[in-house]
Amino acid sequence: MSALLSLRDIWVEYGDKIVLERVNLDIEAGSFVSIIGPSGAGKSSLLRIVLGQEVPTRGTILLDGTPLTPECGPDRGVVFQRYSVFPHLSALRNTVFGLECARAPLLARLFGAERRAATAEAADMLNAVGLGDSMHLYPAQMSGGMQQRLAIAQALIKRPRILLLDEPFGALDPGIRADMHTLITQLWRDYSLTIIMVTHDIREAFTLGTRVLALDKRRHDPHAPHRFGATAVYDLPLRNRMDREAGEDLLAAVASQQSNEKRIGHG
Amino acid sequence: MRWVNRQVNRRGRILLGALPILLLVLLYLFLAVQRHAANPMEKILPLPSGMAEAMAALLFQADQLTGHVVFWADTLASLQRLGLGLGIATLAALAVGLVLGVLPPLRATFGPLVTGIAVIPPIALLPILFIALGLGETAKVALIVIGIAPVMVRDIVAHVAALPREQIVKAQTLGASSWQIMIRVALPQAMPRLLHAMRLSLGPAWVFLISAEAIAADVGLGYRIFLVRRYLSMDVIIPYVAWIAALAIVMDMALTLTSRRLYPWAHGAGH
Repeated sequence: MSALLSLRDIWVEYGDKIVLERVNLDIEAGSFVSIIGPSGAGKSSLLRIVLGQEVPTRGTILLDGTPLTPECGPDRGVVFQRYSVFPHLSALRNTVFGLECARAPLLARLFGAERRAATAEAADMLNAVGLGDSMHLYPAQMSGGMQQRLAIAQALIKRPRILLLDEPFGALDPGIRADMHTLITQLWRDYSLTIIMVTHDIREAFTLGTRVLALDKRRHDPHAPHRFGATAVYDLPLRNRMDREAGEDLLAAVASQQSNEKRIGHG
Repeated sequence: MRWVNRQVNRRGRILLGALPILLLVLLYLFLAVQRHAANPMEKILPLPSGMAEAMAALLFQADQLTGHVVFWADTLASLQRLGLGLGIATLAALAVGLVLGVLPPLRATFGPLVTGIAVIPPIALLPILFIALGLGETAKVALIVIGIAPVMVRDIVAHVAALPREQIVKAQTLGASSWQIMIRVALPQAMPRLLHAMRLSLGPAWVFLISAEAIAADVGLGYRIFLVRRYLSMDVIIPYVAWIAALAIVMDMALTLTSRRLYPWAHGAGH
């Protein structure tokens, strides 16, 4: 069993503030990994490192056994909570963009038969995320949920090895969020995706994930809280419904205990 | 009802907007008539009839010396200088703005230089321009360019650099190179801002044009105004100023319309 993505002894430090320490992870192809943890526990830092937007202070990241260059690339797709789509392009042009970049290095625009082929491919992708009727709308004319659907379509057209989601549904209404959960689960199955999702919603993490990572600090120095970084304190594989329920209860219990301790500590 | 909640409909807006202009015109006419009643040779506040008479000569009769109709020759010369200056400044702002906005190393290298140039009062450079480029068209166009380009460049650099980081990262995950990000992500989003910067630069551009023409020229709207000032020819100066204002308003409206037509996405969701 070889891992698609391996993190080896990753440390992230900003100045003398340690955000992540000694993170070791192996992520298998086809898994759906949810990352949860309190604010400031380095969830987004971890995602940015895998994405290549940030370079870890120490440690190596291997994708298919080869070290990653510290730069974003088409092998890792991403959907952010906001600003993931280009406001100056229609939904269709937003989706074609990835194909144009690869096939027309100089102009980043396609013409003739190539253009028709790319447009047809993008239209299929938009149909798959349920935006078939909104291809010619600009993002400003779309709801938040539609924009996130578009961001997903835009990323998937590049067939990324890993899809990274940074709180993708955090800004959506509960009803829309449930629709998006159905959609992402279906896409994950249909396209055999490997997904890493950061979320602050424990329920969402357990509903969607095949594995849940909880990031937090193992040690705590009350006089210098910034000197200890977070790491994966829980790593729960979820094979079936029982796992999911047990896991969710466990983390909910931990969370409530922590908030109690904090109350007592402050009182 | 609170005044902040009082909305004015389209007809009301036109009526209200015309009101102060109309009052000013009436005030002018009242004063002019009064002064003419006291002194039939009055020159400071000419009557409309006087202006029409003076302008007719400039509008319809060819100048004996050059063979050109003065008013149109002035307009053409000034618009040519203004267009050239504004055009060069806009292209410079776009090119430099994109490169510096998208590429941090170049921004670090040339940003301070652009800021340094921007803080020099352009009129202080006018003698240098006249010495270096002579008294011809080049110096006048150069003054406009130097006057407005740095501000436009800084505006576009700031706008492009402030594009959400997420967009730039997303473009890279879609396989875009620095060049592709520049032309497909930054350029289209800089365009509405560029048109806006042109609108804001129109005012300063006119100032620099009139200044250059006032100092050294033989044709041009600014030249004419400063020439006839010697004869207290308010009957020419006032129509010329009104004409300059009209040209400026038309340009401003054309730029606004272009931006709305070409970049509807930049003007709200209701398009």
